[in-house]
Amino acid sequence: MLNPKPVEPNMYRYDEFDARFVSERVEQFACQVQRRLSGELTEDQFKPLRLMNGLYLQLHAYMLRIAVPYGTLSSRQMRKLAHIARTYDKNFGHFTTRTNLQLNWIKLVDVPAILRELADVEMHCIQTSGNCVRNVTADQFAGATDEEIEDPRPLAEIIRQWSSLHPEFVFLARKFKIAVGACEKDRAALAYHDMAVQIVRNAQGRTGYKVMAGGGMGRTPYLAHVMREFVEREDILAYLEAVLRVYNQDSRRDNIHKQRIKILINTIGPEEMRRRVDREFKELKAMGTLQLPQGELDRIAAYFAPPKFESGLSDAIPDAGADFANWAKTNVSRHKAPGYAIATITLKTPGQVPGDATSEQMDIIADLMDEFSVGEVRVTHEQNLVLPHVRKKDLPAIYARLKELDFASPNAGLITDIIACPGLDYCDLANARSIPIAQKIARKFENLERQQQIGELKIKISGCINACGHHHAGHIGILGVDKKGVEFYQLQLGGSGAEDAAIGEIMGPGFTEHEIAEAVERVVNVYLAARQPGERFLDTYRRLGMAPFKAAAYETVAA
Amino acid sequence: MLTANRLKSGDVLYRKGAAWVLTLDAGEVYRTEAAADDALAAATAELTRNEFVAPYLFEVREKDGRIVPVKEREIIRAAGPTVHPHTGKQANQFNDDQHQNA
Repeated sequence: MLNPKPVEPNMYRYDEFDARFVSERVEQFACQVQRRLSGELTEDQFKPLRLMNGLYLQLHAYMLRIAVPYGTLSSRQMRKLAHIARTYDKNFGHFTTRTNLQLNWIKLVDVPAILRELADVEMHCIQTSGNCVRNVTADQFAGATDEEIEDPRPLAEIIRQWSSLHPEFVFLARKFKIAVGACEKDRAALAYHDMAVQIVRNAQGRTGYKVMAGGGMGRTPYLAHVMREFVEREDILAYLEAVLRVYNQDSRRDNIHKQRIKILINTIGPEEMRRRVDREFKELKAMGTLQLPQGELDRIAAYFAPPKFESGLSDAIPDAGADFANWAKTNVSRHKAPGYAIATITLKTPGQVPGDATSEQMDIIADLMDEFSVGEVRVTHEQNLVLPHVRKKDLPAIYARLKELDFASPNAGLITDIIACPGLDYCDLANARSIPIAQKIARKFENLERQQQIGELKIKISGCINACGHHHAGHIGILGVDKKGVEFYQLQLGGSGAEDAAIGEIMGPGFTEHEIAEAVERVVNVYLAARQPGERFLDTYRRLGMAPFKAAAYETVAA
Repeated sequence: MLTANRLKSGDVLYRKGAAWVLTLDAGEVYRTEAAADDALAAATAELTRNEFVAPYLFEVREKDGRIVPVKEREIIRAAGPTVHPHTGKQANQFNDDQHQNA
């Protein structure tokens, strides 16, 4: 192991207020745990308190969900996560579609100590559960890609600060998820969020924000509606507050299935929602208390200043053999600085549990972060990691080390880069297992040549209708259901969480756990036989519709 | 059968008589609905002891001479995640197998 000196990346650092706030929250929750253990608090009284601190009771044990704001982690934080997983859990953690980390084997009595350890590295679990604004996510290529108008993380951080324990929004009707993007290419699934902000330029060339609201997955999936095409920089918090205020006031609290903002907007209609939001926005703007001064935006943006990129580097990716070339083709993306690249580490080698990493793997990734990526990594909503700023000349060395970790699969965006929620293997809400299905499909398509031949194809698997595995947004989505105690899997086709966002169409009756991988294969074979030059699976599906895929999927099942 | 989670650790528990055990095999099977309801009522009354949480009943059946849960959820809960055999209640068996194969 290298153990290079930890590098402090350019990211938000707690000020005195943040540190005191988190520390006080830890001690408050430690006290609540003690009161629960002594019986002073009943389980009914304690449950909402533990949920507000990211602590669930799952199938086998307590699960702790640790927030990774907009997916950004320093190597110091990654090492701390590895240490916590090793000391208090079973030596591994699970990166989630909300870019958080979940630990599945936590003891209630250990939680105060874990929270203190997290606070030491400026991390916490606040608002990773409960009916509040959850962890704000962002494009994982933020600050590195040449496609963005500007780094979306300063705004994400400002939203995080504004929404953390916001007194008006601590007890919303339901959870509320916000994402921020900064380019036309959507890597943050903006349209599937309760509220999303896209950094845009208007006709005059001024930078501002497009605000969308009402997207979501779950039982009733919707794509977000545009609330306003352009919000001025200084008005963004007032506008977001206006949307949340309308939601908080007008959402239904009498029916758990109708409590999300997507239901409100699609019930009253986007026009009426815009009218109500505009009314609130006008009032908030007139009050002037939520204006965002440029100085404050600049102060936060300074934390995320680009690292000092070396000049004079070769812009060519080195020649380091066929395996490396394959990896570079899928897992390396263009960087804004000459001689640099963005490297995606897929936690998806066929057979692996999507999103899982052991403490040892986390430690070595922390070393890679320090040695090659200015001490920084990003967690993606596709359950991968990204080294955002690596010199192209270092890519072969990074690849070699990832190979030792078994994290060097050249499959980013390919059919084996599957999202899967924890499913019935862990989750108290799940109806069916997700992970073994992901593993089975990944193994079926393990052959790299075949994966490359298929091209971009996103499979997303959820173990219940809550859709943590984003099945609605899968080119091929899989939903696990329970039929009289037996797991079945429904197929959905044509979804997308990208800039061409769409909700997948349900194919029909479910398949058994033994049938589903073969059904997926038959669907893929239809695509391969029918595709036109340059068509992705999604394009062919959109051209042909469900019929030929459905006929093939059920062919053998019916026989 | 009747199950719950230990408050301090979250461990899965099974009811046996007036106590709790850690494995399904050691738990008690209630042959009548009345017996099951009585066990649940007794456990619910004991919640104030703050030793366990969320007690509930689940169905089991006999298969090859062994008691197994009807629902997949309880099968997984009794053993551990199907994707990580070294975790959960199945871990001891997994470790024994590893030891024997070593």
